[in-house]
Amino acid sequence: MAYAPSDPGEAAPGRTAPGAGEHPWFGGPAAPAAGAAAHPLVTTKILIAGGFGAGKTTFVGSISEIRPLRTEEPLTDRGVGVDDVTGVQGKTTTTVAMDFGRITLSDQLLLYLFGTPGQDRFWFMWDELAAGAIGAVVLADTRRLTGCFPAIDYFERRRLPFVVAVNCFDDARRHDPRDVAIALDLDPGVPVLLCDARRRDSTKQVLIALMEHVLSWPDAGDPGHDARSPDRRGPAT
Amino acid sequence: MNPSAERWLDWEAGPLVRPYARTRGRTRPAGEGFELIAVVAATGAQPGDRLRYSPDHVRLLRGCARPVAVVDLASEFGLPLGVVRVLLGDLREAGLIAVVDSAAPAGGRPGRGVLREVLNGLRAL
Repeated sequence: MAYAPSDPGEAAPGRTAPGAGEHPWFGGPAAPAAGAAAHPLVTTKILIAGGFGAGKTTFVGSISEIRPLRTEEPLTDRGVGVDDVTGVQGKTTTTVAMDFGRITLSDQLLLYLFGTPGQDRFWFMWDELAAGAIGAVVLADTRRLTGCFPAIDYFERRRLPFVVAVNCFDDARRHDPRDVAIALDLDPGVPVLLCDARRRDSTKQVLIALMEHVLSWPDAGDPGHDARSPDRRGPAT
Repeated sequence: MNPSAERWLDWEAGPLVRPYARTRGRTRPAGEGFELIAVVAATGAQPGDRLRYSPDHVRLLRGCARPVAVVDLASEFGLPLGVVRVLLGDLREAGLIAVVDSAAPAGGRPGRGVLREVLNGLRAL
């Protein structure tokens, strides 16, 4: 290890090197932290969900600058102590490659798209992906509609606004969005659109539809306020 | 059971312990966690004893010269997200970086103003 174990006593916040000025390995003069205030950066995210093969990767790639992202996730107890190496040696992490794209909406506004991991064993990652998300796009493949049920159930339970985008594959029959909505047992307000995930303009329209849907929610931007309709799968009151 | 066999969860994933060797085995950052799209920035404080920092720390600190999202750091430096979070935690503990206030309360949805900006931004694409 190229560095000494950290000593909590030494790591007092704001500690500066004596004679701080130019630091040889910091790449010249210290970065002006004031930049953070002068140049605020707002980050937002939308989830792209759907069954295996529904076109998530294609969707993310057609509209955004796609970026590689790996995450090593512990698979056992998430509460393993921070320095508890004994918790790690028992084989506990796995590599998850994620679909991840970035759309630069302005100098100060970034929109990230995260494809949700498909396999069941990565369900635990959904909570983190969904936290703070604007909403979600559920990509549906009409040849395998059941593939998107888990995602729809999840977003309904979490009260995360979503739209369903039916990815029109070449060899799939065209369906009326209303039929898809019925087949998926969607709430009346949930938009269903046809799209071609390969086409940028099409995916853009899906994201616009999602934003309009999100803004139509009375509690948009006010997470503390309860949404208008009760969970339709909850007990009737 | 043969302990060496336990190091592999599946062959595609490779050696399981390896990434966290870069964090001295730690899988969670000191202090609070970092959200995926949290924006971090260097505070401008000078690093003290450079021997306390790994090359990964140094690269990340340089990457924070301008405000940057945690996921972008992971992507740009080719480091697993979990590793980036632990290392950023060290830099935060040392006062070298800080999380910049975000548009949304932790875990909450952005406000209406931001939502409208996103909508307008998408329309203008």
